[in-house]
Amino acid sequence: MLSALIVMAGIAIVLGAALGYASIHFKVEGDPLVEKIDAILPQTQCGQCGFPGCRPYADAISKGDADINQCPPGGEEGIRKLADLLGREVKPLNAENGVEKPKAVAFIGEETCIGCTLCIQACPVDAIIGAAKQMHTVVPALCTGCELCIAPCPVDCITMETIPETVETWKWRYPVFTIRQAA
Amino acid sequence: MALPGLHDPPGRLTLMKLFKFNGGVKPETHKDASTRLPIATLPLPERLTVPLHQSIGGTPRPLVRAGQRVLKGQRIGAADGNVSAAIHAPTSGTIVALEPALMPHASGLAALSAVIVPDGEDAWAPVTPVDVRALSGGELRDYLRDAGVVGMGGAVFPSHLKLNPGRQGKVQTLIVNGAECEPYITCDDMLMRERPETVVRGTLLMAQILGAERVLVGIEDNKPEAVAAMEAACRGSRIQVVPVPTRYPAGGAKQLIRVLTGIEVPHGKRSTDFGVQCFNVGTACAVHEALDYGRPLISRIVTVAGNVSTPRNFEVLFGTPMSEVVRTALPRPDTNRYLMGGPMMGFPMPGFNVPVVKATNCILVASDALFPPPPPEMPCIRCGECAKACPADLAPFELYWFARAHNFGKAQEYHLFDCIECGCCTYVCPSHIPLVDYYRYAKSEIWARERDKEAADQARTRFEFRNDRQEREKREKAEKLAAKAAETKARLAETSPDAPAATAQDDPKKALIAAALERARQQKAAVEPRNTDDLPPTVQTEIAEIDARRQASGPAEPSA
Repeated sequence: MLSALIVMAGIAIVLGAALGYASIHFKVEGDPLVEKIDAILPQTQCGQCGFPGCRPYADAISKGDADINQCPPGGEEGIRKLADLLGREVKPLNAENGVEKPKAVAFIGEETCIGCTLCIQACPVDAIIGAAKQMHTVVPALCTGCELCIAPCPVDCITMETIPETVETWKWRYPVFTIRQAA
Repeated sequence: MALPGLHDPPGRLTLMKLFKFNGGVKPETHKDASTRLPIATLPLPERLTVPLHQSIGGTPRPLVRAGQRVLKGQRIGAADGNVSAAIHAPTSGTIVALEPALMPHASGLAALSAVIVPDGEDAWAPVTPVDVRALSGGELRDYLRDAGVVGMGGAVFPSHLKLNPGRQGKVQTLIVNGAECEPYITCDDMLMRERPETVVRGTLLMAQILGAERVLVGIEDNKPEAVAAMEAACRGSRIQVVPVPTRYPAGGAKQLIRVLTGIEVPHGKRSTDFGVQCFNVGTACAVHEALDYGRPLISRIVTVAGNVSTPRNFEVLFGTPMSEVVRTALPRPDTNRYLMGGPMMGFPMPGFNVPVVKATNCILVASDALFPPPPPEMPCIRCGECAKACPADLAPFELYWFARAHNFGKAQEYHLFDCIECGCCTYVCPSHIPLVDYYRYAKSEIWARERDKEAADQARTRFEFRNDRQEREKREKAEKLAAKAAETKARLAETSPDAPAATAQDDPKKALIAAALERARQQKAAVEPRNTDDLPPTVQTEIAEIDARRQASGPAEPSA
């Protein structure tokens, strides 16, 4: 009887120690789910989802505070990926958050720009260069197309330019063949 | 390891042990028709449309303006970065426009091109041959990049990048690829028949740059004339001409390396990791022209075959409209499209007037009678024929399933990017599935996703950096204010140790405000002139009276 108790207690101590060690040494920092969601989001940082950036939205999704269909730049494909990841139903994009648009970058009308720096402050990725009373310009390679610079501009000199397809970015189409009507 | 055939006297046609690659097919070659006539040159066309982007890598930066006169061989586009190659004017004339023009590309999109109207003089810009011994490897590579030398086999990869001996300092074996396995195409065949000495000279130059000990020229055994010509030209040199069995795609770089050396380059490795480098015979010729004569790459040999009465090879300046080249070969009336490349790997051109570029080894003139549209795609029956035919040892049917299901991750796991798009699987498929189209689709989707992901990662980093910066600026501002407040507090404590100091101890901000107010009051009293100061005494007394009255009547003086 006693030996059984000792053995059981011994096992309990050893396993407890192992678990305790593991919980300290193999602790996962942060929520890995948030990272995975954030990796799917398009990182435009546009705030159309109602959160100040992609990371906070990812946080909200993982906590269940936000739905998966609030990201217009991610579009349908983004929703599908999120649904896959989280094991939820695919649903259409919430129209309250906006509509899916072709990719675009901001363009500053340089003859109208007065150099007020408001757009520079609004840009979430520092893609606009310029200084007070100096003309500003957008670095197209860095612009995410979030449109956050459009509203603050007092002279409405910022427009969104759709990125055209080039030979380098062109994609082979999914092979289809036409079904011919049998005579 | 004893290398087979190493002890045979070089410069002679030698019988050495050859190896086999798996798979491959034996389509009808159709090569005889276009080898009956010698290589012809075309009259100068009325205008040349030279696309700036003709190689893998960055788009060259234009160096000319519309309206400018250029000489033959003058650089009109400078290489953008190291993975790029320069572009030159194919003849002398005037640049009439620098505008987007239709590209010889499956997309049917336009890209920046220089439109040149030739002046007919064909006057060369000053050219200077290079003393290969005097320049270092890096300088030679830069020179070749600026001469626009790229792989002429069709992949147009900048050659200077491949002419790098790498970390080991040397490449043991240089293979020059004259296999030309694709049906209809004979441009390399004719080059080796008519100008073998240029190929030999270029090969020796490349061998010197790479420090290669062993130099092999692989030619498919269905080109006995080319083998004989090359053998004659190589006599006395260390180059070995090796006929290889005719089997498509023996001209694929990895396949030819396998056949000649027995080395199978595994997934994720390059042939240079095994001391082997492979170039096309046309590239060798271009290297010779560039280094020995200082002439940049401005033209190439193009096969015109298929639905034409006199199929043959032409020496064509880049930028020449394809229709002009084809016109000389007398196309048959039912011609309805051109393919660039051969029937296995070529793709249809978006128009008849697209220009000949560095990648154009063949213009295959097509009609529905000659190349009937493929029968409708039937379901895959999993017969495994494609896997037997695949020269890259892939499982094409698996790749097809994954590409079809947009399961790109899985397709990559099955080494989609080792696919050379040779078309053997499509050729043998009994269900007529356009397998290569699926692979091309999957590859370009994966590339697009990678670009998007890179952009997203960059945006994330920049967004996080900006947030950090804003936090930091806020903190720094607060610290600066606190420091200033402390300073003022100290000063106040020094100057007036009375009441203000007591408040200052409670709240430095309040103290600051109190001090500022006090300063302002003193300044105002001292400086500000009052509008009643300079009035005559009568008016002064009047004002005093009014003030007295107001004091008496009103409850209190209205404050400002």
